[in-house]
Amino acid sequence: MTVPPAAYVLLSTLLFVLGALGVLLRRTALIVFMSIELMLNSVNLAFLSFARMHADLSGQLVAFFVLVVAAVEVVVGLAILVDIFRTRDTVDVDEVDLLRG
Amino acid sequence: MESAVFLIASALSLVGGVGVVTARQPIHSALSLLVVLASLAVLYLLLLAEFLAVLQVILYAGAILVLFLFVIMLLHAHSPELHPSPKLGRSHTATAVISATLLFGLLAGAVLQALGGRVVAPPPPGFGSPEAVGRALFTAFLLPFELAGLLLLVGIVTGVVLGKAPERREAGRPEEGRPAREEVLTRGGRR
Amino acid sequence: MGLVVPWIIGLPLAGWILNGLWGGRLGHRPVGWIACSAVLGAFILGGWEVLALLRAPADAAVVVRLWEWIASGDFRIEAALRLDRLSALMVLVVTGVGFLIHVYSVGYMHGEEGYSRYFAYLNLFVASMLLLVLANNLLVLFVGWELVGLCSYLLIGFWFEREEAARAGRKAFVVNRIGDAAFVLGVCLLFVLFGTLNFEEMARRVRAVPSGQLAMATLLLFVGATGKSAQLPLYVWLPDAMEGPTPVSALIHAATMVTAGVFLVARLWPLFAALDILPNIVAAVGAITALFAATVAVTQVDLKRILAYSTISQIGYMFLGLGAGSATSGLFHLTTHAFFKALLFLSAGSVMHALSGVIDVRRLGGLGRAMPLTTASFLVGACALSGIPPFAGFFSKEHILESAYHAGLIHLWLVGVVTAGLTALYITRAAILAFGDPPADPHAHPHEAPPVMAWPMIVLLILSAAGGFLGAQALGDPFHQYLAPLFEKKTVPPARGLDGLVLGAVSVAAAAAGIVVAWAVYRGRRDPDLGAVGVFLRRQWYIEDLYRAVVVAPAEAVARFCAGVVDLRWIDGVLNGLAAWIARIGTGVRRWQSGYVRQYAAVFLVGTVLAVSYWLFR
Repeated sequence: MTVPPAAYVLLSTLLFVLGALGVLLRRTALIVFMSIELMLNSVNLAFLSFARMHADLSGQLVAFFVLVVAAVEVVVGLAILVDIFRTRDTVDVDEVDLLRG
Repeated sequence: MESAVFLIASALSLVGGVGVVTARQPIHSALSLLVVLASLAVLYLLLLAEFLAVLQVILYAGAILVLFLFVIMLLHAHSPELHPSPKLGRSHTATAVISATLLFGLLAGAVLQALGGRVVAPPPPGFGSPEAVGRALFTAFLLPFELAGLLLLVGIVTGVVLGKAPERREAGRPEEGRPAREEVLTRGGRR
Repeated sequence: MGLVVPWIIGLPLAGWILNGLWGGRLGHRPVGWIACSAVLGAFILGGWEVLALLRAPADAAVVVRLWEWIASGDFRIEAALRLDRLSALMVLVVTGVGFLIHVYSVGYMHGEEGYSRYFAYLNLFVASMLLLVLANNLLVLFVGWELVGLCSYLLIGFWFEREEAARAGRKAFVVNRIGDAAFVLGVCLLFVLFGTLNFEEMARRVRAVPSGQLAMATLLLFVGATGKSAQLPLYVWLPDAMEGPTPVSALIHAATMVTAGVFLVARLWPLFAALDILPNIVAAVGAITALFAATVAVTQVDLKRILAYSTISQIGYMFLGLGAGSATSGLFHLTTHAFFKALLFLSAGSVMHALSGVIDVRRLGGLGRAMPLTTASFLVGACALSGIPPFAGFFSKEHILESAYHAGLIHLWLVGVVTAGLTALYITRAAILAFGDPPADPHAHPHEAPPVMAWPMIVLLILSAAGGFLGAQALGDPFHQYLAPLFEKKTVPPARGLDGLVLGAVSVAAAAAGIVVAWAVYRGRRDPDLGAVGVFLRRQWYIEDLYRAVVVAPAEAVARFCAGVVDLRWIDGVLNGLAAWIARIGTGVRRWQSGYVRQYAAVFLVGTVLAVSYWLFR
């Protein structure tokens, strides 16, 4: 492996932070979701790098399950989003503040 | 060779990442995400995770992203950022940026310290192949596998339930109900 | 014999419980019957015991030990009763006069809403007073002492919705409390000195006790007595206590409770007589109070208040007699005073009853024709009070004055004579203004008292007229014979012969002078203004104003400070401030519940950073 594993993990970190910024700073719900997907993917990249590093397949299995869960999460999340849009006619996450104390 | 591919793929993924986070329209964001997914798939291949690379393309790019696109088209809502009325002001932005930078700094530092100059041995043959992953999946990771199946079931049910059109009709209020039904029948009947 | 004594107290106590708990349901007639028969029963039992005592040697006593009350190391007190000639006398007076007043009350309080409550309290009072007089030791006496104070408070403030009545009740209780504080200190000191509070034992050991401390203890007890018996300086509650129903004034504030102080001194006479200074103090306080109260009584316009000051004055006489060394004279006056003062009060009550509560003498008058019995009762009571022979008051008052003279207290004797003149003056004034012609309101139509109220007055009239003969020399002075053995060489018999006649003539002359002057000044129901002197007297020589300025006002100021500042601003402030502070914290924390998902996510991120840094730099 000519490219040091650190590089992969560093990239993963960068993508993770990017995704986090996207979650925090965007108001469109869909874009927030996609930022979350970005974060999940970055985590997958990290796991696969570690799997390669230690020659342990478990890392790939973890990434596999992350993928599955991500899929389910997207389904549920988008269903909720659609529901909210139907009732409130907005996709701005700041508008959904019913849990305000 | 590997380095070149790595550089290009990682650059692309970064560009795509920035694009996801900064796009005005959701559709642009979705397309940027596609770029990210694809470049990551390449990186997976470099990491000898063939099976997962393929899964990435099929599942993530092929299913999940498509789902996103469907919803984007379904909602066709305008981006809220075009009408600025933010409820969270500059302090929030500042907190976010500072914490994110800090996090990156900490993690990067840790990574470099722990993994810098590490020499990696070549893995056994068949590493990352569908056979290897599948074998592990049905032996060591059987329980998580089953649970994942259950989780998928939950997801399906949720999708169906939440996705149903809201019931507007109630028994005992025929006036409201009848026109809608007539509408449906007429449409169906004319076929 | 011992089995009967507790029931003397027990019967009125049972009356209290019955009427107190179920009086409302029983109805007015049964309540009255229960209350009156309870007291009558106690009287009969008391009489039975007196007969038995008369057949026994003079210093015999029935001691009934009920149970061991306090057993705390060396401090052992029994709940025990003592029936001897002294307490038997008091029992008869309390239950006898008490019974008559109970019967009178049935008529006076007819139709009142608090009827059963009234009789319950009245029975409780009788029981408490009996406990006081039948106590075998000072602590049991104190229980009775406090209880009668409580009943006094309850009955003064019987019509508690009336602000003046409620205030008068509080005043009585507070002033009594001050006296009680001295009383308790005295009791403690006595226990330290004697190691016991039993009367008989204390009497036996009195020689062995250092006199200085004994003097202090008895002085403290005497201060307590001035509170209960309304002498200087703690008399101020009695005139205001007239806010209570008139039968209550008759029973508690004339005949019985206020005499408790006199009884106390008599009971502890061996302790008082062991020193020379205490009897002198007692006599002096009594005489000065008698004079003081008589001067104030001349200026009052409320008939009951005149009688209240008269009571203060007459109790002063009793203390004078005691202090002069003649316990029997003081106690004899206590007995006759119970008769004629109760009679006077009941007459006053009859007037109020007939004229719907009018008690201002300036608004009365002309009652002789319409209310002959009441008028006669008042006049007989007035004569007894003035000390006109052959009415009861003459014999008792005479005995006191003679004792004072023979004990060498000439100045106090003189004060007593002057007071006698003033007494006659003010009561004649009261009689003229209240009953004489012409009436203030020609349209008033008073009616005589109904039989249930009339018969007690008749009995008291007879006793006031003839009761003095119990102490008459001609009959061998049975009263003195009865009690003297208890007081050994400490009591002076009534004077015989020329001495007695001269002294007697002096006091009768003083009384006659008082009556003549009163007739001259107030005849025709005139009430001339006495000018500055009148104001001075009417304001009780400004004593109450003095108290108000020196004691009450500062106390009220402190109370106001505590209520307004300490409680309201500081304590409430701290509590409210604490609550407000917590609420403010809550409001502050509330900002974190913004409902904005992005903010929550930001918190996640910050938390993550903190967690990661912790793990990295551990």
